[in-house]
Amino acid sequence: MSANEMLAFETNCHIFDGCGFPAPGLNSFLFEPLFTVGGIEFNKPMLLAVLTTVIVIGFFWAAFGRAKVVPGKLQMVGEAGYDFVRRGIVYDSLGKKEGEKYVPFMVSLFFFVWIMNLWSIIPVAQFPVTSIIAFPAALALIVYVLWMYLTFKKHGFVGGLKNIVGYDKSLGPILPLAVVLEFFSNVIIRPFTHAVRLFANMFAGHLLILMFTVASWYLLNGIGFAYAGVSFVMTVVMTAFELFIQAVQAYVFVLLATNYVQGALAEHH
Amino acid sequence: MNPLAVLASEGELENPLLPPLPELVIGLIAFAIVFIFLGKKLLPKINSTLDERREAIEGGMEKAEAAQAEAQQVLEDYRAQLADARHEAARMRQEAQEQGASMIAEMRSEGERQREEIIAAGHAQIEADRKAASASLRQDVGKLAGDLAGRIVGESLADAARQSRTIDRFLDDLEAKAAAGATKAEANR
Repeated sequence: MSANEMLAFETNCHIFDGCGFPAPGLNSFLFEPLFTVGGIEFNKPMLLAVLTTVIVIGFFWAAFGRAKVVPGKLQMVGEAGYDFVRRGIVYDSLGKKEGEKYVPFMVSLFFFVWIMNLWSIIPVAQFPVTSIIAFPAALALIVYVLWMYLTFKKHGFVGGLKNIVGYDKSLGPILPLAVVLEFFSNVIIRPFTHAVRLFANMFAGHLLILMFTVASWYLLNGIGFAYAGVSFVMTVVMTAFELFIQAVQAYVFVLLATNYVQGALAEHH
Repeated sequence: MNPLAVLASEGELENPLLPPLPELVIGLIAFAIVFIFLGKKLLPKINSTLDERREAIEGGMEKAEAAQAEAQQVLEDYRAQLADARHEAARMRQEAQEQGASMIAEMRSEGERQREEIIAAGHAQIEADRKAASASLRQDVGKLAGDLAGRIVGESLADAARQSRTIDRFLDDLEAKAAAGATKAEANR
């Protein structure tokens, strides 16, 4: 086991022992491969991502696999989640008629992201998969491709370009500036922020929990016991807070995806 | 030992914003599988179930509405029948009343007619009796008076014609007197 994989608890390092605080950092987001399948080295986040797939499909299979007109408890929970995304996100911005087509995608996206976030506070796993930029980036890429595809499909090549750069004659002399800004904003910055917003929130959240957890252990010496207690309480509080943030970030990610789709389908002014 | 220092020395610390390719691919595949399962199989299933449920609820409501409409119809029919029956009863009552009145009037007129008839028959009978009595009386009285007079006078009044004329004249005088008496009595009454 290499040092970067070592947990703070394993360092057996406490305050006043003449040993520095083993602060969590980027090293906390790097994992040694667990095993290798077909030349791909599987590490913990990958395994959790695959488990996410299994859990999301497993849950909906159990809930909707044998859907009944009079729902059981699990089906009712599934329907509540399904309805939350369908009515609360998709119908809200796209309308019922146009939005129906995108409901399965958005529902999949929401639950996939949410479960990936949720790993952060699941014992043993304790790592938000979305704090590895590759996973939010992959999802943002899918949304980006969908957005591009819908824009050009709906408006044609020239119309699509106009839609992307927010072409509007009434802007007059500042039109070139607006076009350049809109182009950068929509085509380059937007997918980046879409992915990074989710990534950074999960990254920071994980770092915070890790920080207080490590500190609780590190402070267990002499007068430090008092501070360790405070630190532990903070760990619990941050965990509860993360539970909230995970859901919010999943919601925001899907809400933005829906808004991009809406922007692609909207008539340009 | 500080793990950061170890990593730094090994040059393993990467920019956390650079996505490693294997993770990217795994993420895409994992999501694709979720999307395919949910989008192709599970969500259409729940959609059809939700539609079924909505139909069941709407069907139930429609049934209830139909039942209500039927009940309303029945009630209206019943009310109409009741009104008809009342109307009919009123009509029959009136008819009976009219019939009764006409029957009473008819019977009254019939009775009157019969009474008139009876009275008229009685009058005729009385008249006939009186005439017969008067005729027979006149004959008897004439004969008796003739006989009596013949005996008293000793002379037969053979001449029947003369005899009869004398008697008649006598009787007429009597009748006239009687009539005058009757008129007087009537006037006095």
